Amino acid sequence: MTTTVDAAEIAKFEAMAAEWWDTNGKFKPLHMLNPCRLDYITQQIAMEFDRDLTQPEPFKGLRLLDIGCGGGLLAEPMTRLGATVVGVDAAERNIPVAQLHAEQSGLEIDYRCTTAEDLAASDEPRFDVVLNMEVVEHVADPLAYLTACQQLMKSGGLMICSTLNRNPKSFVMGIIGAEYVMRWLPKGTHDWRKFITPDELFQLIEQSGLTPVDRKGFQFNPVTWKWRISAKDLSVNYVTASIKR
Amino acid sequence: MVAGHANRRLRIGQSRPPAHIPPMDQDIIIVGGGLNGPTLALALAASGFRVAVIDAMPRASFAKTFDGRSYALALASTKLLSALGIWDGIKDACQPMLEIKATDGRAGEGPAPYFLHFDHAEIEEGPMGYMAEDRILRAALLDAIDADDRITCMYGRTVVAQTAGAVTLDDDTTLSARLIVGCDGRASGTAERAGIKRVGWNYDQTALVCAIEHEQPHNGIAHQFFMPAGPLAILPLPGNRSSIVWSERTDAAVQINALPEDEYLDILRPRFGSFLGEIKLAGARFTYPLNLTLAQNLTAPRVALVGDAAHGIHPIAGQGLNLGYRDIGALAEVVTLAQRRGEDIGAVDVLDRYARWRRFDTMTLAVGTDVINKLFSNDNPILRAARDLGMGAVQSMPGLRRGFIRQAAGLTGDLPQLMTGRPL
Repeated sequence: MTTTVDAAEIAKFEAMAAEWWDTNGKFKPLHMLNPCRLDYITQQIAMEFDRDLTQPEPFKGLRLLDIGCGGGLLAEPMTRLGATVVGVDAAERNIPVAQLHAEQSGLEIDYRCTTAEDLAASDEPRFDVVLNMEVVEHVADPLAYLTACQQLMKSGGLMICSTLNRNPKSFVMGIIGAEYVMRWLPKGTHDWRKFITPDELFQLIEQSGLTPVDRKGFQFNPVTWKWRISAKDLSVNYVTASIKR
Repeated sequence: MVAGHANRRLRIGQSRPPAHIPPMDQDIIIVGGGLNGPTLALALAASGFRVAVIDAMPRASFAKTFDGRSYALALASTKLLSALGIWDGIKDACQPMLEIKATDGRAGEGPAPYFLHFDHAEIEEGPMGYMAEDRILRAALLDAIDADDRITCMYGRTVVAQTAGAVTLDDDTTLSARLIVGCDGRASGTAERAGIKRVGWNYDQTALVCAIEHEQPHNGIAHQFFMPAGPLAILPLPGNRSSIVWSERTDAAVQINALPEDEYLDILRPRFGSFLGEIKLAGARFTYPLNLTLAQNLTAPRVALVGDAAHGIHPIAGQGLNLGYRDIGALAEVVTLAQRRGEDIGAVDVLDRYARWRRFDTMTLAVGTDVINKLFSNDNPILRAARDLGMGAVQSMPGLRRGFIRQAAGLTGDLPQLMTGRPL
């Protein structure tokens, strides 16, 4: 199904694209976290597929799926690095927004409004890399969702999955801090009960048919106002890498 | 995820032809082909960027004869040049600075006994720095950018217009890039066109610069005399030659510079005494009016400022070029890491990392050199006693002294990787 969109709609999407990409706006926490997420993602892909990040377009030839692509904060960097990217988001309004920004950036990205489950059920060619960042805490059935992710991967493929831990600290930092004190995220963005501990996530990933190979924390330093990758501190935001054998 | 959406594809304005943005002419445009511009170009080309360097001067105007200009390269700056493959070729033509002696003095009285003495033997890294003649350093940098096929050199061209991501030259060509870097000095046109305002003030001082030949060897010792009218530095060059940088109140400086050579030397001679024996001029004489000029922001959309374009400081500590090299190390590192993550190298948040990294260092040095100049360019007897006491205190405390030596060598602070001698 194709939708033609009128000029007023385009103006609205332009405003939303500007909002998604405003580093001091509504999505500021995501922009602050992004270099750290990209460091982890790029290093894992480089390691798994033996790519040299100092070379131009190191991910050329890799098919990459970005689930919950939003405005394209990950899809655009991955495209710049040479990957062939499909970005999907269940929120219909994000798609034209992401398309518009990719056009403005001179990047060709295949954005679609669909879900991992629907895509897995289709004849879509499988992917070398699946990015599954800050999505699993929003889905109704994590195991069904992760199984769909597994089905979307080629054998030998890599999935990067990040989410929020469930403990008193993540409740304070992730919900009270981010949503109520800092107003970084709209209230109600997260339901703490849906947060998943690293052990639970590893178990779910294994049940989905994948092999977890790595886990790290994203640690926020309130003094330097920077995020960094931590081998030990997985207490709030954390990320995992899994492969399909 | 919310189920229920089919594999729908939305296409904005399907009737429009797909917008293909033409590829950028360059990744990065550098405006200014002095010393900072070519050094930055080499650092960026080493990371794989395509770079254009634009300078208003024709290539042929860069002479290879000694014109009297030279630079004090802190140890960290030589490491940056080393990481860029430049240093090995010029090291032997540069003079190591083994010791720095600083003293209070008055014209006619010659130097007072040394109050401060910094010796490189107190730190393990080696000499505190090197004196490099302009002709040596500039030629090495220009030859290297000419030879690098990732770098396009455009000499004799002026930028007449600039947008966020493109410049138009005086021959009507337009060049696009993801980032434009202003290395165009204190009166940076790049900053002005980007709407970046400047703050600063003039000192009623002008620096007189010349090179001398002298009878006695300098033994690699740099001297700094604090005179009431302004500081005087004697910096060792290869052979029995030294570079003299000396400040006077502007009206006096203009008169002195207009004097014939023998009368010029007659004025210079009593200011540092006779310890180098007979002296004569060994190159042209220059004057530079001293002012402090800081850009209010180091970045604007798709624009970054480097060196004097960002911060023209008082040359009292010889830190201008070294500060520029720190900018270069930081900017090259920030955009290289951004590129390897797939980020847009000209994006606001990327450039902001560079600005935050450099802001503190810049302010510290600008304010520091200003305060030192005001404190020392003064004949007030109370201030004289106070600074002699302060210098004596530093001299008597080895730990503090080592701290100053490491500071002078540029080895302190949040050092960019290139300034440790390692490529990115």
